[in-house]
Amino acid sequence: MSVHDSWRVDAREKVTGQARFAADLHIPGQLIGKVWRSGQTHARIVSLDATEAKKIPGVVKIMLAGDMPAHTTWSTYPFLAQGRVLYQGDAVALVAAESEEAALAALAQMEAVYEALPPVLSLDEALEESAPILHNSYPDNRVANSHWPVRKGNIREGFEQSDLVLEREYRTSHVEHAYIEPEAVVVMTDWDGSLIIYGSTQNPFNTRRAVAAATGYPLNKVRVVQQAVGGSFGGKEESVGLLAGRASVLCLATGRPVKMTYSREESVIESSKRHPFRFRYKVGAKRDGRLMALQAELVDEGGAYNFQAQFMNWRACVHAAGVYHIPNVEIDVYAVHTNHVFGGAMRGYSSPQIIFAQESLMDELAAALGLEPLALRRLNFLREGDETITGQILHEPVNAEKVTLRALDLADYERKKEAYRRQDPDTRQVGGIGFATCFRGCGLGAEAPDATGAILSVQEDGSIVVRSSLTDMGQGLQTAHAQLVARELGVSPARIVSKPVDTSLVPEGGMTVASRGTYSGGKPILQAVARIKQILLHVAAQKLECSAGELAMANDCVFRREDPSQKLSFAEVASAAFWSGHSLSVTEWFQPGPLRWERETGQGEAFPSYTYSCVVAEVSVDRLTGKATVTKLVSVHDAGRVVHAGAASGQVYGGMAMGVGMALMEGLNFERGLVTSTNFDRYLIPTAADIPEAVFEFLPSDGNSGAAGAKSLGEATVEAVPAAVANALAAAGYRLRTLPALSESLLKRERG
Amino acid sequence: MAKKRLCLTVNGRAIEQEIEENLRLLDVLRDELGLTGSKEGCGIGECGACTVILDGKAVNSCLVLALSADGGVVETVEGLAAGDHLDPLQESFLDNHALQCGFCTPGMLMSAKALLKENPAPGVEEIKEAISGNLCRCTGYVQIVEAVKEAAQRLGGG
Repeated sequence: MSVHDSWRVDAREKVTGQARFAADLHIPGQLIGKVWRSGQTHARIVSLDATEAKKIPGVVKIMLAGDMPAHTTWSTYPFLAQGRVLYQGDAVALVAAESEEAALAALAQMEAVYEALPPVLSLDEALEESAPILHNSYPDNRVANSHWPVRKGNIREGFEQSDLVLEREYRTSHVEHAYIEPEAVVVMTDWDGSLIIYGSTQNPFNTRRAVAAATGYPLNKVRVVQQAVGGSFGGKEESVGLLAGRASVLCLATGRPVKMTYSREESVIESSKRHPFRFRYKVGAKRDGRLMALQAELVDEGGAYNFQAQFMNWRACVHAAGVYHIPNVEIDVYAVHTNHVFGGAMRGYSSPQIIFAQESLMDELAAALGLEPLALRRLNFLREGDETITGQILHEPVNAEKVTLRALDLADYERKKEAYRRQDPDTRQVGGIGFATCFRGCGLGAEAPDATGAILSVQEDGSIVVRSSLTDMGQGLQTAHAQLVARELGVSPARIVSKPVDTSLVPEGGMTVASRGTYSGGKPILQAVARIKQILLHVAAQKLECSAGELAMANDCVFRREDPSQKLSFAEVASAAFWSGHSLSVTEWFQPGPLRWERETGQGEAFPSYTYSCVVAEVSVDRLTGKATVTKLVSVHDAGRVVHAGAASGQVYGGMAMGVGMALMEGLNFERGLVTSTNFDRYLIPTAADIPEAVFEFLPSDGNSGAAGAKSLGEATVEAVPAAVANALAAAGYRLRTLPALSESLLKRERG
Repeated sequence: MAKKRLCLTVNGRAIEQEIEENLRLLDVLRDELGLTGSKEGCGIGECGACTVILDGKAVNSCLVLALSADGGVVETVEGLAAGDHLDPLQESFLDNHALQCGFCTPGMLMSAKALLKENPAPGVEEIKEAISGNLCRCTGYVQIVEAVKEAAQRLGGG
């Protein structure tokens, strides 16, 4: 790696303990805020009594739903539940106290009477005719706007033309984000009465909306300042909005700063989860392997509340058939409500689940046709000029086959596959190798405008401040943005300070989701750099008495290309520009072109560009204990041009680990709707000891729509991993159609 | 609640303080001494974000009752660097891009520090074992293991 590629804007602060996370803040006079949760699966609130709790010394304020100054809900999520609770995390009262002890003592003294209501405990139950209705506006328990159909060709004819038709069902589980930093906020008022929220938030502008809803304040009187965020992966969204809203009303009600930090248990109980899916696929193919028809029903569990399924399911319908050319398609995706913790965004946004199902299906189909997994895929891979199932002609390079062949080569797949086929099936330890290929639409696509902004300011001393509307939650976005600026201006990254989002300082640029941070978020940065560069070159040209076109910028200097000895330092040029009255602070906005989408048929132009990935997994299974281990992962990603090799590598390794977790160990446990795995002793995520040998390569490509040629990467790194592991397990003799592939499931299979 | 006197050496500095009996070492570090580098991620000794070195051993400071450490020598992430001069482990974390969100980083560094004190030339498996009590959700650990290995080499071990 080059020097620049290991540099990070925040690394020094993070290795010295200086980096300040929300829970590290202490505001003089602050109160500690706590939430009292229902602990019920589904119940009517008969009575709530805070009389005894209020008597605890140090308790300053207790609030019930009736005490909320404005709205009790944000989107469909209650800050405080009224009348009825729909899952155990529902809050019914808020406490502010002088100390943690007093606040906890108050919670212990609160009294509530509930009347249990019949619960809905799975997506299958939600779909039953006689299922209890959870939201009156949705009597069929389907999440609002979550149905996304795809209709292409003629499905009946497609199956008629098929020589072989295969039907399969697959399922996935609730997966916890498990960011190591639990949610935290500190709220105080500014001298003008407005609110300042310092928080651990992935989407500060959404947090701002939540606070405005809870307090009744206009958006311009709510300022959300993002702190260092200790991981998010899509998770610090709904729960942080609720947390910030609750802390804000406590702050206003007491006139004191309020700090609220979730325990791990609260974080697991309240924060959103990766949606569990039930997939019912029916695929038809010619004897030679050509795919003719695909019919699929994808149902995901939205849980008690929802504002993500409708967006996630749109992405799901686009990717439901994988990276293959299929002429006849009928797909329906929809979500249902249950009395479980709600589903939300988690790295991959439905794709890791879908790819698991759909790439398992491809392997099962190959086996049924007597074809090799690679042969079936090569016959059907999308290629440049092909039409996707959602009716989009792919004009950019389509590298599904290229990444696959390269990954298989790196993994020594053919040789190993043969070796595993020859292994003695009666030995205790058996192994297998398998792979999965996928594509991922870059950015938001037709889901929502991919617009975003940035501010770039060069100071008179030549130092630079970069502010993006999108957030760094650990992935290194501020670094990637600084890297783009450094590269374009020919300056050292050390000159650049890249700041977290402060909603009072940058234009609202949408959510930092859909792996759009560099892909889209880099665009206003580059636009701003271009404008600044023009000004600096103009000023330098005057000083060097030449034309701007003769100048270049590198090594922290502006110089004449023909005669590099004629130069000015970057700082000299910045100073000259400032003192001659030029603005060196530029706000830029990226406005994407419109994308076409027809909802009834699911046809249109889904995404401008796609990232292509292939993951090869090798597994080993102990037949006696059922324990599966991933021994090696190889991945190849066509993510266009990589901006920062260090950060990009970190994404790949991190995605692999998260994928291994989803494949083999992670699934929330419930007992009558209540989560029983609320901490890391019972919800296991991979440790250093669980990490396989990891090999990867980027396959560079051009001709895409990303900033500096960068396509989406963060989510692409995780999404094919569970599928590859599942196919490797199948090669070892264990075709599992439900994730995670726990040792119990393997053992059960082993013993029939 | 009764307060009791706690004497500690923290990052080379002698501390003498009256504290509540029920405080954990992590609370004393974060709330009493303002050393917020050590983090709380789970409160039950599973995630390792609160790892500090107590009398030469890496411990989860969320599981140590502060008074039980009375007279002890504590090293936290804030004590790793000498002024602007980073510890070779810190340097190596920077060079290997061994962090992302940074929340687990202080604990991870302290576990690695304790390992290198005991075993200046650890193998990859020993490194993995030493940090297996420190959960990281961002990095997949690969670059962290590399960083620890490289730090050992720089220190003249491995």
